[in-house]
Amino acid sequence: MSKDRIDVKKTYKLFINGAFPRSESGRSYPIYRKGSKVLLAQPAQASRKDLRDAVRAAREARLKWQSATAYNRSQILYRIAEMMEGRRLQFVEEIMAQASLTKSVAEKEVSEAIDLWVWYAGWCDKVGQISGANNPINGPFYNFTSPEPIGVVGVFAESDSSLLGLVRAMAPALAGGNTVVVLASERYPLSAITLSEVIATSDVPAGVINILTGIRNELTPWLASHMEVDGLDISGEKSRRVEIRTLATENLKRVADFGSSTSPNRILALMDQKTIWHPIGI
Amino acid sequence: MTENVNPFAYAPAPESRELVSIESSYDLFINGKFVAPKSKKRFVTINPATEEVLSKISLGGKDDLDLAVKAARRAYESVWSKLPGKERGKYLYRIARLMQERAREFAVLETLDNGKPIRETRDTDIPLAIQHFFYHAGWADKLEFAGNGANPRAHGVVGQIIPWNFPLLMLAWKVAPALATGNTVVLKPAETTSLTALLFAQICIDAELPPGVVNIVTGDGSTGASLVAHNGVDKFAFTGSTEVGKAINRSLASSGKPVTLELGGKGANIVFEDAAIDQAVEGIVQGIFFNQGHVCCAGSRLLVQENIHDHLIEKLERRIEKIRVGDPMDKNTDLGAINSKEQLQKIIELTQSGEIEGAKAWQPDCALPSRGFWFRPTIFTNVTGAHRIAREEIFGPVLSVLTFRTPQEAIEKANNTPYGLAAGVWSEKGSRLLWASRELKAGVIWANTYNKFDAASPFGGYKESGWGREGGRHGLLPYLTHSSTPRVKPSKGVRK
Repeated sequence: MSKDRIDVKKTYKLFINGAFPRSESGRSYPIYRKGSKVLLAQPAQASRKDLRDAVRAAREARLKWQSATAYNRSQILYRIAEMMEGRRLQFVEEIMAQASLTKSVAEKEVSEAIDLWVWYAGWCDKVGQISGANNPINGPFYNFTSPEPIGVVGVFAESDSSLLGLVRAMAPALAGGNTVVVLASERYPLSAITLSEVIATSDVPAGVINILTGIRNELTPWLASHMEVDGLDISGEKSRRVEIRTLATENLKRVADFGSSTSPNRILALMDQKTIWHPIGI
Repeated sequence: MTENVNPFAYAPAPESRELVSIESSYDLFINGKFVAPKSKKRFVTINPATEEVLSKISLGGKDDLDLAVKAARRAYESVWSKLPGKERGKYLYRIARLMQERAREFAVLETLDNGKPIRETRDTDIPLAIQHFFYHAGWADKLEFAGNGANPRAHGVVGQIIPWNFPLLMLAWKVAPALATGNTVVLKPAETTSLTALLFAQICIDAELPPGVVNIVTGDGSTGASLVAHNGVDKFAFTGSTEVGKAINRSLASSGKPVTLELGGKGANIVFEDAAIDQAVEGIVQGIFFNQGHVCCAGSRLLVQENIHDHLIEKLERRIEKIRVGDPMDKNTDLGAINSKEQLQKIIELTQSGEIEGAKAWQPDCALPSRGFWFRPTIFTNVTGAHRIAREEIFGPVLSVLTFRTPQEAIEKANNTPYGLAAGVWSEKGSRLLWASRELKAGVIWANTYNKFDAASPFGGYKESGWGREGGRHGLLPYLTHSSTPRVKPSKGVRK
């Protein structure tokens, strides 16, 4: 750090509907360099109202994201990887500062996260092919099955990971054509906001990805019970799972739980299979 | 020849009851044998078309379920999980063949116990149930190609609860994929329709299926609740109401056990102005009056483009006047008995609400038998989206008719429901059919047809109609453990 000038620090804000608001509650919470009292940042502490705004944005963005062609979605997710690559240094520094990891470990995490976007980007226009089917019916019918997005997915980013656990949790839902409301890791939220800045410059339509920082205990019940959320990925949430599942039952949210694994099944768990019949005749 | 005789009237064509012998009472089927219930409780099952008592059925209690789950566990560990898929499949083929040989008996028994017309049990329920076993038999030794990874594994013991609307068919939808994938089963049939499940138990004995692979514990809601609460069950599959499905899911929330739910529906059947009207009328009739409307995917909301409404309704009424309501054992009968007094009360209550809320009811002037539970085919016009009959599942022969002007409005109205099981769309324009099929939020879309089923066709809902699929390759997946082999090794990072 140069002594010649005072560096300009970033204000870490929420990411809702393509914009970067502070919490409507005016609250923030401090993030310290791990194991020290050095303040890194004071990200917004999202409220229930912020969460509702995020869900509304995700709801409204559904049609745009779902009606985009799979090829188009694939290119947009790929562009996230491109944009991340350009900001690699910033991600590395944030991971090192938040989680107190060595540079080489942080660099590996950033590389894996970028590669993971590339991997899931490629699935957008393939998942329907590995999972769909043309069904041989006992009669004169044409019958086919294909997966469709379920709608709005609430994503719990892994709480003990800055970046990779965040991407692992949100990329599959997006690859399946869903829009997302992401709860960032409470302890390591800074990478999530930097990722929002990447997303904002990656041609992702506003509202498709919404990211909230804050206190999990405050936000979890509202996300789990929100009637306009169609599914949850709870892989990254290790506590209050019974409560989440119970609340999610009210509108039968699909609940995906894959730990930290990476698999096309993770995309498909947040999709519904539709079967269409039509008679064959002259 | 008297002048009043209608020369086109149908002469009665009753199916013979002699084909089946119903015992005066039935035990539970546990560990390959019929055993008296430890609960010592029994209840009567009646023919809903006549209210005649058919038999006494055992009411399985906690102890009975405990025995059944233990038998299923033993069978899973000692026999079924060790059997190669190829051999498991042969048992399923055997079961399918034995059912084919006794198909007529199954059809008669189902009609007597359920009240649905013999034409439907004979032509739909029983052949489809058999097809399910035959179809899934062939999967048993091909599971590595089913799409859940190279080494798919069974869950173990599966608890299954099925409804009364298609008793044997729902049994087949549950049991066939569970056995093909290597699970063992404890099945609870619906309270009012146990008889074909008990005949199926005999088929398991005749097929020499290893004891405990299939256990059938008859009973009521308390029996089902005990099965759900049993901690020896590894996976659940339920078909029934959304309300009960949610209760099951809540009670399993703490265990995190996988659950498949096939729940209620309020299917929209959309008729565009360019539809082939006569075919659409047949499809509407098939959509709502098939199986007395006791169908979760029934096309119970008819959405008609406004400019063809009057013409279509006139044709529909003329067609409905030809529906033959009455003795389910008569081969000419189209619409049989309502399955139970409780269900009849529910249908009456909801149709009354329709009239109170301002919709206009129409029924054909047909005679109903004096005994048993009956309800005339009914259509409501002047229905709005706010009416209970447009929102709630009636599960009876009652159609609510709404109108729309633009295709977008049709989709908006069709999707305006928490359910999402099935929908129909009628048009002669291919691009419009595909557009509507894509926009409709439902798991099954019937384009220019309705209420078609097949063992190879995945069936299941969106939204509050449940999750998981039954039938086809997709129907196998809920019965196999998730293969989520990590591609990227989970890295928690190395702390300094």
